[in-house]
Amino acid sequence: MDKIKDFASDFFVTGDPLIYGADVAIVLVTVAIVAVLTYFKKWGWLWREWLTTVDHKKIGIMYILAALLMLFRGGVDALLMRTQLIMPNMDFLKPEHYNEIFTTHGVIMILFMAMPLMFGLFNIAVPLQIGARDVAFPVLNSLSFWLFFMGAMLFNLSFVIGGSPNGGWLAYPPLTEKMFSPGVGQDFYIWGIQISGIGSLMTGINFIVTILKMRAPGMTLMKMPMFTWSVLASSLTIILAFPILTVTLALLFIDRFLGAHFFTLDGGGNPMMYINLIWMWGHPEVYIVILPAFGIFSEVVATFSKKKLFGYTSMVFALMSISVVSFFTWAHHFFTMGSGANVNAFFAISTMIIAIPTGVKVFNWILTMYKGKISFKTPMLWTMGFIPCFVVGGMTGVLLSVAPADFQFHNSYFLIAHFHQVLIGGVAFGYFAGLYYWWPKMFGFSLNEKLGKWAFWLWNIGFYVCFMPQYVLGLMGMTRRYSTYGWDTGWFGLNLVSTIGAFLMGAGFLFQVWQILHSIKFMEKDTTGDPWDGRTLEWSIPSPAPMYNFATDPQVREVDDWWEEKQRLASGGAPRPKPALEPIHMPKNSGMPFIKATFWFIAGFGFVFDWMWMAIPGLIGVAACMLAHSFNYDTDYYIPVDEIERTEAAARRGV
Amino acid sequence: MAQHPTGHSHDAHGDSHESHGSLKSYVIGFVLSLVLTIIPLVAVLNDIVEGTAARVVLLVTAVLQFVVQLFFFMHLREEKKPRWNLMALILGLVIVLTIVIGSIWIMTYNAVA
Ligand code: HEM
Ligand SMILES: [Cu+2]
Repeated sequence: MDKIKDFASDFFVTGDPLIYGADVAIVLVTVAIVAVLTYFKKWGWLWREWLTTVDHKKIGIMYILAALLMLFRGGVDALLMRTQLIMPNMDFLKPEHYNEIFTTHGVIMILFMAMPLMFGLFNIAVPLQIGARDVAFPVLNSLSFWLFFMGAMLFNLSFVIGGSPNGGWLAYPPLTEKMFSPGVGQDFYIWGIQISGIGSLMTGINFIVTILKMRAPGMTLMKMPMFTWSVLASSLTIILAFPILTVTLALLFIDRFLGAHFFTLDGGGNPMMYINLIWMWGHPEVYIVILPAFGIFSEVVATFSKKKLFGYTSMVFALMSISVVSFFTWAHHFFTMGSGANVNAFFAISTMIIAIPTGVKVFNWILTMYKGKISFKTPMLWTMGFIPCFVVGGMTGVLLSVAPADFQFHNSYFLIAHFHQVLIGGVAFGYFAGLYYWWPKMFGFSLNEKLGKWAFWLWNIGFYVCFMPQYVLGLMGMTRRYSTYGWDTGWFGLNLVSTIGAFLMGAGFLFQVWQILHSIKFMEKDTTGDPWDGRTLEWSIPSPAPMYNFATDPQVREVDDWWEEKQRLASGGAPRPKPALEPIHMPKNSGMPFIKATFWFIAGFGFVFDWMWMAIPGLIGVAACMLAHSFNYDTDYYIPVDEIERTEAAARRGV
Repeated sequence: MAQHPTGHSHDAHGDSHESHGSLKSYVIGFVLSLVLTIIPLVAVLNDIVEGTAARVVLLVTAVLQFVVQLFFFMHLREEKKPRWNLMALILGLVIVLTIVIGSIWIMTYNAVA
């Protein structure tokens, strides 16, 4: 009996009211979901329509839903931290708890919020933009999603079971070695990221192949929409960078699990090697998430200025060169490690070079707006909020890249302000712009503009109120990851202001939730399929897109083909002849991805707790799924012509 | 994989019409990769070579193994234009070299032992 008690008090995290609250909430929500599904007899629907779907549009929606949930969790983490820092000597969070929260905040925001939101937008937009019927490997796509989902769940579970990781979002050893972090939190970190990381890698491959091989006839590379280009650049960076992360975390795991010495000081290892390796992934990673945001801004700016994107070729060149150059700057994250003047000089210069293509893009956007007929719809607002914000963030980045100066800035609040400026002002604003922009295409109705404007201004103002003071705090000597500070530091006022800004952004998020709920209830259906008067192919089909996307293959002649076609028709041109309908070849749903990802979850959980009786069957399950899938030849079917006719007629009538 | 929706003449599916090697080339590739696995194993386990020589043997057989895989199983030679696989490979090699050389360069100043 005592044994069971001991086990339970280790297994479940105890002693904190927040966590008991979470326990209760999780149980209640689970019970509610199960009850609702059972009562309305929706289990079959859930399985057929969502869990086994290989439709890129539905997978995209699931990614986005999950990402918004994670944004909520990461946001709560952020507000907890800011509450603790609101004034000196606060006793709201204990230091150990504070460590856990800044760790989970960072991991969740980058890996389980930004990445899935990005993949969601990839999925929603890319096949439609290039005139394809799905991605190149639809089952793999679904597997990517479920691996991300299971990885994220495993990571989040650590909050209530076993204890959260607390070694920072990049988990530097020696702190994260078994000797200093004996708990399971660090293993949750490793397995959560590894499992979802496999998914990210496969998504990268999937989208490269999709973009290179599945474009509509006539769409040469240089006629692709800019978002598609940015996805190509980002995916390229993913497939080259994620293996580095996987290997680095695998080595850390081997250290912890098998007692190896890759990153320990004794036994011939070197923790600095970990820092070197993790940033070889880490720096490209920040560009992985920003590149698609650049693509979104390019689409939005052109659409809402009613002008062709200025400098298409230079934009393509800038995107692709960033994706490669981003692999040559990693050491700017550890100028202070002591690699000597030559190394620091090299990486300082390579970092400054990246700012050049980035600057080119800013001019392209501004010149696209110049003399355009700008309409200030919400996607455009986020874009216009982004430009000044990102310019400042980029410039503080260049300040940080001056190696000698970085000895002052490094790991201070100045750094914190820099990367939040590029991540919130760049990545988050960009993905929000994309979300608002493609929302009508996803669901067939637009989001309420008025509430959206409230959300935008709260986020935008909140951002500056929160992070401008942090630059100053950094210069005043406040370093990151302090859980509290004294009155004698003189940091009180600025911290107070910063916390107020954080809550303004929190309010902005609430407005977005309200906006979505309100719009679901009240917004009118978009019957045109083209609510923004768009330029690219996704706006040429009904909203939401029918499951096969395009009834007939679009023929592409130029950049912004749909816009040019509309202009031609308006000036009296004859519509292009419609090719006859043919049966459409489609992929069949598959339960394999969900089941396999569940086995990964089981294996991961087993490894976390060192329970081989659980880990090994989990891995066997994974292997069995692979085997079974490779013998499954029943993977596709045809949609007959009359069904296409019926679907098209219904979509055009707006039912 | 057979799940790609077809309809475009140039989609991912189109590649399956290319030749995917013959039984002969697979057997040759398989035998070569076995040999290239056995050489380093035997050489190192039986202490036939040591020190720098052992490292050279390991590295050379590893690189040859890589080449064999590319040619006999990945069909690098048979790719149609544009040669995306080749380009991706070259870029990958550039990055790998960067990782290795960059790490050696950075870590020479951070040796602790
Ligand atoms: C012009 C472009 C940029 C330059 C020159 C630049 C430069 C730098 C430098 C030198 C550092 C290290 C400072 C230190 O640790 O002391 C840094 C940190 C960071 N940057 Fe940037 N950056 C740029 C753009 C971006 C973008 C676009 C993102 C993300 C979307 C980003 C995200 C980050 C993050 C997350 C960190 C810190 C991570 C950590 O230490 O935990 N940066 N940046
Ligand atoms: Cu960086």
